[in-house]
Amino acid sequence: MTLLEVRNLEVTYAGGAAAVRGVDLSLDAGQKLGVAGESGCGKSTLALALLRLLPAGTRTSGEILLDGEDVLKMKWGQVRAVRWAGASIVFQGAMHSLNAVHRIGDQIAEPILLHKKATPAGARKKTGELLEHVGLPAARASAYPHELSGGQRQRVMIAMALACDPRLVIADEPTTALDVMIQAQILRLIEQLVSEQDLGLVMISHDLAVLADTCDRLAVMYAGRVVEEGPARQVYEDARHPYGKALSAAFPRIGDTASRFAPRGLPGDPPDPSALPSGCTFHPRCPVALDSCITEDQELRDAGTARWAACVHAGASVPQPGSPAEEARSSTP
Amino acid sequence: MTTTESDGPMTTESTAASKGGPATARSPRALAWQRRRHSAARFWKQYRTHHAGVFGLAALGLCALIALTAPLTVGSDVQSVTDAPGDPMESPSTEFPLGTDQFGRNLLGLVVWGARVSLLVGLLAAVLSVAIGALIGITAGHFKGWYATVMMRITDWFLVMPTLVLAIALATVMSRSLGTIILAIGVTTWPTTARLVRAQTLAVESRPYIERAKALGGGHWHIMTRHVLPNVMPLVLAQTTLIISSAILAEATLAFLGLGDPTVVSWGGLLQDAREAGAVSAGKWWYLVPPGVAIAVVALAFTLCGRAVESVLNPKLGVAR
Amino acid sequence: MTTDTAAPAAPLLRAEDLHVSFAGRNGAARARAVDGVDLDIRRGEIVALVGESGCGKTTLARSLLGLVPPTGGHVTFDGKPLDYSSRALKAYRKRVQLVLQDPSGSLNPRHTVYDAVAEGLRIHRYGGDEQAAVAEALSRAGLRPPERFFLRYPHELSGGQRQRVVIAGALVLEPELIVADEPVASLDASVRGEILALLLRLRTELGLSALVVTHDLGLAWNIADRVAVMYLGRIVETGEVEQVLTAPRHPYTQALLSVLPEAPGDPVVLTGEPPDPSRIPAGCRFHARCQILASGEAERAGVADACRGRDLEVLDGAGGTQVACHWARATVAG
Repeated sequence: MTLLEVRNLEVTYAGGAAAVRGVDLSLDAGQKLGVAGESGCGKSTLALALLRLLPAGTRTSGEILLDGEDVLKMKWGQVRAVRWAGASIVFQGAMHSLNAVHRIGDQIAEPILLHKKATPAGARKKTGELLEHVGLPAARASAYPHELSGGQRQRVMIAMALACDPRLVIADEPTTALDVMIQAQILRLIEQLVSEQDLGLVMISHDLAVLADTCDRLAVMYAGRVVEEGPARQVYEDARHPYGKALSAAFPRIGDTASRFAPRGLPGDPPDPSALPSGCTFHPRCPVALDSCITEDQELRDAGTARWAACVHAGASVPQPGSPAEEARSSTP
Repeated sequence: MTTTESDGPMTTESTAASKGGPATARSPRALAWQRRRHSAARFWKQYRTHHAGVFGLAALGLCALIALTAPLTVGSDVQSVTDAPGDPMESPSTEFPLGTDQFGRNLLGLVVWGARVSLLVGLLAAVLSVAIGALIGITAGHFKGWYATVMMRITDWFLVMPTLVLAIALATVMSRSLGTIILAIGVTTWPTTARLVRAQTLAVESRPYIERAKALGGGHWHIMTRHVLPNVMPLVLAQTTLIISSAILAEATLAFLGLGDPTVVSWGGLLQDAREAGAVSAGKWWYLVPPGVAIAVVALAFTLCGRAVESVLNPKLGVAR
Repeated sequence: MTTDTAAPAAPLLRAEDLHVSFAGRNGAARARAVDGVDLDIRRGEIVALVGESGCGKTTLARSLLGLVPPTGGHVTFDGKPLDYSSRALKAYRKRVQLVLQDPSGSLNPRHTVYDAVAEGLRIHRYGGDEQAAVAEALSRAGLRPPERFFLRYPHELSGGQRQRVVIAGALVLEPELIVADEPVASLDASVRGEILALLLRLRTELGLSALVVTHDLGLAWNIADRVAVMYLGRIVETGEVEQVLTAPRHPYTQALLSVLPEAPGDPVVLTGEPPDPSRIPAGCRFHARCQILASGEAERAGVADACRGRDLEVLDGAGGTQVACHWARATVAG
């Protein structure tokens, strides 16, 4: 059954910046959905919107159905119950998300005591279990955040997110700023927890390769919209949207001779959410833009089985342009 | 597809814009001036939103105007005891709106004339104090090790000394003049500035651009003047305006205690004269209130300005508007 | 086992048996951040220094720049040993430039782009046309037309543009070597490629050498000629990028490559955190986490005792493919 369904979500900040502009997503229990994109593309805003954690004055419209209930229409008491217990979030930068003056055990126990009304002793036992679960000795509960390394702190954050047995975990850049080895450890841990507990996972990152490796499905966001969605491997290996292509080429495959001495990127910068370009928002940076892209907004369209892309070139009826660059890129192993 | 050589739409779109555009062929000096004008305009725009600060600035402007034009409006002979125009201790009248003192001098004129001394002493003492504080703070923050330790111990020593007692001691041992008063206030009030500036210096020195400057070959002087100083300047500026008000108060206190220069009229000196003349017990309020109010208004005005400057330059402080 | 390169010329920068250690806090043992490193950088060569955080790669880069005095060994630049007097260092820093990871932090928020780029010129009292030099450096770094950026403040620029300003500030002094510490780690994925392409282009156009410090093996694959893998203060494997990254021989390099998302085969996830530089284990410094030793393969090759007890010598910095591993050597020889 569908655990999370987002329909036409729009988020506009008080300053007028349209951070999320009509996003549809759906996720089943036990599934992992990756959301990829760069800074300012609205992926973190999306994560915050799912739990109504956005600052006051932000306008939100659309529907966020969590187990069939619309989070946006809930009363505050219900929203509080949903946070942690229904869905929880693992933020990036574990350093700043932990309170430096409390022992980590107390911080993990806090939501348990708040929501489950377990006895303090019960909460302590549960905290020990959670720590063991994320690969830390239960005795570490009495440690302060500064006594832990970056990877350990990220484990604590995950333990906290799991404290109230949520159905959905949102991980916002859970491995950014961690070393490759620690990153691999944390990703394995997340994968293992999701499969063991039949959780839904929304993982947000700028690294398409990491998402493709961890997730089942992948949504690529650009300027507040999903511009490509599909099975993770397919999107990573054969993206239909030029932006998806650029993101997957940004982190080279080692051994791929085409990327040796040829780092690939995109010219220009991600657009400013408060001053978006006309037409297809990607057109100023697009290597295969047509004249029509400057004026016509591109909706998501079918691009294969269970795949969508918001690009004129993606539709089944539109022939691929004979751009040599285009072919060179898609033919790389 | 190689995007290697391209530099994006930002380049292509702007190449046309720059042709013959105003941005070409300007000397670095002109650039620097243009930049300063921009930042001054930005500063003023934000300052204007602080109503208290604008009020303080207006009050200060008025005081400064009165002080500067005093030679034209009242003239220096207002201080003269021998050609006093009125009788001693006259109550306010149309001729003397604030009455007269025990020598029959016009009190309104004296208060106006006294503004010159009070403002001058306040300004110079604050500048001296902040200069010492900034110098010691920046050097102690930049050169760590024994130099910083020694400097900070000296600062602490000055910090725990009762400022007024120290100032009184200094004012008594040195000759009685305005210079002495300025010096006494300046050397006793710098430690707080030094502490603040040192903390800010340490924060600035830990930023990566300091390492970049070092890697570029910049020496101590370069780092202190080009990077640290501009970054502590807002703090120093705000600190100056705040210290001016306390310097004016300190000057008044010293004068009131009879340690001021007896040959010049200042607000503190007027208060002391009033006390000696028995104005307090005799109920001659017009002798006491005007200099007292003047001191309070100017000190308040400087404080308001200082707070406004502080919150414009450092919005994180969240000072209420 | 050494691939001879056809460049017998003296390297531009050479570190010989370099050691850097820091006094431990509160009576702790000294942290040996760099514990014996030989490293050459030839003219026009891009060398990637790869390792996890805490392995000493950043300290090594800083000591090559003279920002951290070495506690042992020495650095030679252009054939002459580095002189640590302030006058000589200043001259040295005209020829070698640093680009830091965080472009937002490495620009003074109160300086305009013009000031930031001209800073080096002013420090070294440049006699020529300052404005022309600044404009030239900015356009080389891809900010065109340069005049449009003169009066901008760092906060008005995007991350990629800021990093270009930092690079322009380094280029303006016409250096021979750039040391870049994680130059793209804090940039967006799509901008990353552009900045790396810029570094490559500078090498082609200006013959610039570069030492790129990174934890990102993909970056080494993208732009470097040679790679040196560092673990706990020492280089454990070094050589041509193609060889080291496609056929790694040190178990640590193998593990690092295996955990990359698209790597073939089973990932080797090392447990635990990188050990503490104040407590370097005896024997091979990697043995405590070594998957080859743990799986018993080292035992079969008959080197397990050497792994635990015999330290390996410092690898020669000159560029041949080499590995500091008892097991890798035994299996090649055997």
